[in-house]
Amino acid sequence: MSVTTLAPTAAPARPFDFLGFSSAQAWAFLVLVGLIIACPWVIYPVFLMKLLCFALFACAFNLLIGYVGLMSFGHAAYFGIGSYVTAWTAKTWGLTPELAILLGGFTGALLGLAFGWLAIRRQGIYFAMITLALAQMSYFFCLQAPFTGGEDGIQQVPRGALFGIFSLRTDMAMYAVVAGVFLICFLLIHRIVHSPFGQILKAIRENEPRATSLGYRTDDYKLMAFVLSTFVAGIAGGTKALVFGIATLTDVNYAMSGEVVLMNLLGGMGTIFGPVVGAGIIVWTESALAGAGSWVTVTQGVIFVACVLAFRRGIIGEIAAKLRIIL
Amino acid sequence: MSATTATANTVRLPVRGIAAVAVVVAAAVGLQLSGSFTFYRPMPLLLGQLSLGLINGAFYALLSLGLAVIFGMLNIINFAHGAVFMLGAFTAWGMATPNTWLGMIQPGLQVPDWLQLGYWPALIIAPLIVGAFGYLLEKTVISRLYKLDHLYGLLLTFGLALIFEGLARNAFGSSGMPYRIPAALSGPVDLGFMFMPKYRLWVVVAAGGMCLITWLLIEKTQLGARLRAATENPGLVQAFGVNVPRMISLTYAGGVALAAFAGVLAAPIYSVNPNMGSSFIITVFAVVVIGGMGSILGSIVTGFGLGIVEGLTKVYYPQFSATVIFLVMVIVLLVRPAGLFGKAA
Repeated sequence: MSVTTLAPTAAPARPFDFLGFSSAQAWAFLVLVGLIIACPWVIYPVFLMKLLCFALFACAFNLLIGYVGLMSFGHAAYFGIGSYVTAWTAKTWGLTPELAILLGGFTGALLGLAFGWLAIRRQGIYFAMITLALAQMSYFFCLQAPFTGGEDGIQQVPRGALFGIFSLRTDMAMYAVVAGVFLICFLLIHRIVHSPFGQILKAIRENEPRATSLGYRTDDYKLMAFVLSTFVAGIAGGTKALVFGIATLTDVNYAMSGEVVLMNLLGGMGTIFGPVVGAGIIVWTESALAGAGSWVTVTQGVIFVACVLAFRRGIIGEIAAKLRIIL
Repeated sequence: MSATTATANTVRLPVRGIAAVAVVVAAAVGLQLSGSFTFYRPMPLLLGQLSLGLINGAFYALLSLGLAVIFGMLNIINFAHGAVFMLGAFTAWGMATPNTWLGMIQPGLQVPDWLQLGYWPALIIAPLIVGAFGYLLEKTVISRLYKLDHLYGLLLTFGLALIFEGLARNAFGSSGMPYRIPAALSGPVDLGFMFMPKYRLWVVVAAGGMCLITWLLIEKTQLGARLRAATENPGLVQAFGVNVPRMISLTYAGGVALAAFAGVLAAPIYSVNPNMGSSFIITVFAVVVIGGMGSILGSIVTGFGLGIVEGLTKVYYPQFSATVIFLVMVIVLLVRPAGLFGKAA
């Protein structure tokens, strides 16, 4: 499967080594950290938190599409189940936020293990259809299961206190946690991609039969990547549930799966920063068009078509190609 | 299509399949005899749900057939298939009540009564209109993707589906429009063992007939032979002087017209609303995975079969009726990953 991506398999000589980033990536990362610190004083923090949660979700998806070449069209399942589990444990068991979010992540990973194990039996377009169908199955499960509250969802989830000490009632305190979770997971994904394990993932993306002939059990690597991706997706969902104090069916709906694909396509699949930019634009469009009814859907459809027809490398991918750098 | 790979001359029994069926039957008989569970259900309930299941199966068959035909020729999965199904229903609705939407464009705009076309003309004209639209769509947009990875086709058509559904929701709202059953098909019919609404019977017959026509067209005519040849090797067929690009466009138009035909059939059963396709299409994807896209007949059989399975589940385990097709998909993936009628990839 050869989705147009940028990151070359052979890393160029690096003038310096900062967490394994290329120099352009290091600068971009510093800009990102700067923005994360500066923005809440200018922009409404709740909006920023939503943005960061979706950016994290998009990064998790990018780990699969960008670095293994696996198109999972049902990632909302893991995001949604993470959100439900975090909301439920925080509300019913009174777990502290960090434990609830972690539990959400592990549940996402567990579901990812089962679904991934099934789906990697088929390749390419079938893989996309199977993951979509499995996600739809979990949507119906969430619709009917007693603990999810059906159409109402789980409401009034308390944010609680981090480690049982720091209250997260204020938006700024919550923002600090969300930003921390985002940066940790962002660096985790970066670390995975740039590890020897990540090199094998890229080898599978470029040429799976060759990777097999080199003696790698490619299915195992794909499954591992799938589980890691769904873990981060669950974390993102759980964090979002705590931010808004609610977990609903929109998080598991197939439309959400489509949205995360769109974020990656728009920002640039296979770039580290593309999903963040893509998520930013999509979340911003949604809030800007919130009063315009279904024009949001139409706009997203148009962006899909435009991206596929005109710029398949996405915004960051195109910029990186123009400047001949790796982002 | 699958005949080309048939190398074994002797008929080999599908031992594992027979064993699996035997185990299920034995378990069912055991349950019934042990008295812990009875398969007895009132006959009207059973037959009613079976007929509903057959109707759903008819739509699954028509939609997955279109998907398979398009995939065979264009190598893309048409995610817009559900949206096109919806467009077919809306076209039929628009033809029946043109004054409603003309009034939305400009108040007071009306057409004479003879232009208000009912169900029967719509059944033919709506698929033609939507098919022509599909032809244009293929020529202008989709044809640009053939050199790319198949996944881009999925993404593009997903985008198209969002556009169509969003526009329809903006224009008509999400609540849905009623569409009357034609007079000739309203009321029940006595089948001897049960009363069945005439329209349900008609849907099953019409969909089955359309599937049969499509199958005959592809397997038994010269046009179909060229189509199959072009599916195997487009370059060679083009070298023989067949206009393959036009054939590809017409294939897309045909597949899309099948979905629109299903949409018109569905209009009187479900209310005509912008979301009617998206709820179907994901289930149809599962149907396609179960059947495998290798054979035309396979997708027809799988479609009807799974509709019946869904109907029976509504009788015995209603809480699983929404998910049963996905569960079947899981089992098929475990036992026969290429699909029931699919070639091993």
